[in-house]
Amino acid sequence: SPEGGQGSPWGGDPGGSRGIQPRSEPSSAGNYRTQLWDKQSESFLPSTPGLGMHVEVKDPDGKVILSRQYGSEGRFTFTSHTPGEHQICLHSNSTRMALFAGGKLRVHLDIQVGEHTNNYPEIAAKDKLTELQLRARQLLDQVEQIQKEQNYQRYREERFRMTSESTNQRVLWWSIAQTIILILTGIWQMRHLKSFFEAKKLV
Amino acid sequence: QVITGGHYDVDCYVEDPNGKTIYKETKKQYDSFPHRAEVEGVYTFCFSNEFSTFSHKTVYFDLQVGDEPPILPAMSSRVTALTQMESACVTIHEALNTVIDSQTHYRLREAQDRSRAEDLNGRVSYWSVGETLILFVVSVGQVMLLKSFFTEKRPGSSGAGT
Repeated sequence: SPEGGQGSPWGGDPGGSRGIQPRSEPSSAGNYRTQLWDKQSESFLPSTPGLGMHVEVKDPDGKVILSRQYGSEGRFTFTSHTPGEHQICLHSNSTRMALFAGGKLRVHLDIQVGEHTNNYPEIAAKDKLTELQLRARQLLDQVEQIQKEQNYQRYREERFRMTSESTNQRVLWWSIAQTIILILTGIWQMRHLKSFFEAKKLV
Repeated sequence: QVITGGHYDVDCYVEDPNGKTIYKETKKQYDSFPHRAEVEGVYTFCFSNEFSTFSHKTVYFDLQVGDEPPILPAMSSRVTALTQMESACVTIHEALNTVIDSQTHYRLREAQDRSRAEDLNGRVSYWSVGETLILFVVSVGQVMLLKSFFTEKRPGSSGAGT
């Protein structure tokens, strides 16, 4: 499931970064196709030979797990080892293409996560499965995806539990520290003023 | 659905290929929009955060177009009815799709709640630091102010205690 950023409609903006959240260990795939705006014919050209797109995928820790140059259309896959939000960035490398001053690039993007990357007709042919066996295989894949998501939720809950406990500790120490600071400030004030008044011979 | 940022709201509009606006909402936190397409072509949708001064938004969106294609392309030309096994498989497949959808819903809720909690954590931290500083400033200020009363004027009647 993709998450989109704020702002521009899909049709504009040659660079784009979108986040997705795959569960642990599945592979994800992205297909894309680009079309360049042609000012003369006022339409998008059907294909743009010569335009390269650089694809970069970062895992939830910010580490780059895929960084490759592809053509004006292509398919990229990556496997994630950490659960959480990944960032996919498609960046055009054009220096000579008219992407300045009114230039537009249309990017068709399809991202498939987990069991949706499976191509069932291909699997049926490769493993020589009957229709029923193929359906069973699909159900097994779905159940596996559900299990992975459940593991992810368990991991999130554990992290949240640790965060809650740490917050609880910090609130306790902060309250104690603040009370001590308050008392010490009060004592300081009293002593300072007392010595001041004694010096002024008022007490 | 807006996952992180500010008041968790965003503007959204959808246009058909002729430029007609078929959906437009402002400052919504989540919504779903079913539509029967009458015109063929390129539809445009746009999420806008222009109204916000500071916050960046993360938006989850999901597009479902048409029905799910059959598992094997040959099946769309099928004439016989499904066997019980096959129809049980179809039922289970649909039920599992529902489970996966509800897992997505929970994952988004978790991400949103996490974002709110981190936001709150930030604000509480700033407040605590600010409060400590104010405490020091006020206590030192009080003492200095009191001292200044007794320095400018003649030492009058006592009754000086804190």
